[in-house]
Amino acid sequence: MLENDFLLLGGRKFKSRFFVGTGKLPSPAIIKDIIKESGSELVTVALRRVNFEDREHNILEYIPESVVVAINTSGARNADEAIRIARIAREAGCSNFVKIEVIHDMKYLFPDNDETVKATYVLAKEGFVVLPYVLPDFIIAKKLEDAGASAIMPLGSPIGSNQGLKTKELIEIIIENTTLPVIVDAGIGKPSHAAEAMELGAAAVLVNTAIATSEDPVMAAKAFALGVEAGRMAYIAKMREEQKLASASSPLTGFLR
Amino acid sequence: MSFFEVIQKYNIDFKSYEDNLSLEDIKKSLYKEKKNEFDYLNLLSLKAQNFLEEMAREAQKITFQYFGKTIQLYAPLYISDYCTNSCTYCGFSALNKIKRQKLTLEEIEENAKEIAKTGIKHVLFLTGEAPAITPMEYLLDTVKILKKYFSSISIEIFPMDVEDYKILSEAGVDGLTIYQETYDREIYDKIHLAGKKKDYLYRLDTPERGAIAGFRRVNIGALYGLADPVKDAFFSGLHAKYLQDKYIDTEISISFPRINPAEGNFKPVFHLDDKRFVQFICALRLFLPRCGITISTRENARMRDNLIGLGITRMSAGSKTSVGGYKYENLPNQFEISDNRSVYEIERVIWQKGYEPVFKDWHQF
Repeated sequence: MLENDFLLLGGRKFKSRFFVGTGKLPSPAIIKDIIKESGSELVTVALRRVNFEDREHNILEYIPESVVVAINTSGARNADEAIRIARIAREAGCSNFVKIEVIHDMKYLFPDNDETVKATYVLAKEGFVVLPYVLPDFIIAKKLEDAGASAIMPLGSPIGSNQGLKTKELIEIIIENTTLPVIVDAGIGKPSHAAEAMELGAAAVLVNTAIATSEDPVMAAKAFALGVEAGRMAYIAKMREEQKLASASSPLTGFLR
Repeated sequence: MSFFEVIQKYNIDFKSYEDNLSLEDIKKSLYKEKKNEFDYLNLLSLKAQNFLEEMAREAQKITFQYFGKTIQLYAPLYISDYCTNSCTYCGFSALNKIKRQKLTLEEIEENAKEIAKTGIKHVLFLTGEAPAITPMEYLLDTVKILKKYFSSISIEIFPMDVEDYKILSEAGVDGLTIYQETYDREIYDKIHLAGKKKDYLYRLDTPERGAIAGFRRVNIGALYGLADPVKDAFFSGLHAKYLQDKYIDTEISISFPRINPAEGNFKPVFHLDDKRFVQFICALRLFLPRCGITISTRENARMRDNLIGLGITRMSAGSKTSVGGYKYENLPNQFEISDNRSVYEIERVIWQKGYEPVFKDWHQF
């Protein structure tokens, strides 16, 4: 583990830069082992799935108190619904971390960036730590900064697709130009994708489907956490960028030094 | 373009289509990444049974990828069996001389409490088609009561115009179930002897009106046994695709109900055997990866248990198909229940299969 490398988010220090989404898991109880093995300190939970009246089926019961639960607004089709879901969650005793997910396209499940900005503006004013999930768009990232977002969560590729960083160039532009932490969310299918995002300078990575639909979600989560850590180390070590041509490790002109 | 215009584009002789189909064609369709409607039709063919195991494996893989290891549970609540339609296959047909029931609001609440005790959070309430007896006011009162006990409310009632659906949607109904029964227009006309339901086109456009009105989920389907099953499976799949493409913010799901003996002693003309039934479910999954597939207690326990993981995403549990059946016994059923297990028993089976039974997947505002 890297010492003294923390991610600051919503006034909290996160040692782990690996976040976990909890949809599609084969059982709510398994999240406990996923957290334990991966060291994740932030998980997202869809309010629509939280069964407050039924302890056995309530995933919140299985998440240790030290871990931040960001409610996600899954199911919201516009800003107004996302705002209402966030408020219901807070009233129900959830934390003030909220991942805004506004989707009204059931085919690719792409987020609606405009509605997300609107919801961010309202919820940030109400004191929420807003983590907006967006299609990577530099202009939107700047608008989200102004709206009071605590991070930007651009997608790597469509949710659940495991295709990795198809939007790499766009994410890089956002990373270079925003002061906010950039958390790559959606489409991360392998630990190597997670490492790649971190090498680019992402502040964290969120993974869900690839873990939930693996044969062994606990081991998969650990693999992703290691990928995230490796990528982070590479980023901090400022490893050299790729070059188009080979460069000899023993230069021919070395004798001139 | 309406879905009827889509149907008209396909002038298929299903029998000769199958005759001309080679195993090679089917295999190609099975492993093609993006399947078109003819790939789907190939997978529905009798010859495709040669690849049933492969189809099942693919269906399992895709379902897992799109839905994870989860099965969403719901329960139906019949609140009235008054009906002005005469559908030859239905236990609640106006022609059946049964004692009709309509639950009072108190009785609805009693039944809701019974269902809620089992942990069920998604409820589907049903009526026959008798708007004079179950008017909008009564439906809205029902929604108000059910909201106290459930996080998601769906309806399976008589078809309405967009405006009326909007009223229900705004009141808190988030799902609509409406079956075409059969896409074969001639047969449709023969089995719907009288009543508003006789209007094939109005019924065909109903799911669309629901999507326009803002329901989050629209569930369609054909009732197997009424007409050529391949034709009905083909057009119901196309209908789902049409709705998915046109109403991108609506979750479309599909059911494959097979006729079983109801009160009217209807003898199905066509038979969809178990093997073909499973094949149809797998074929639909391969054609429409993200489409929900609902299975009711019309199917028996063995079939239902084995379908977990093979494409289905939603199951009813602990169902009663008589009016107010959760509180009152020995009443006429709309259809015979083949899986009488309790919600708890079904929940255990789902866990044993390594899946999570999802009780709650929506949160009312």
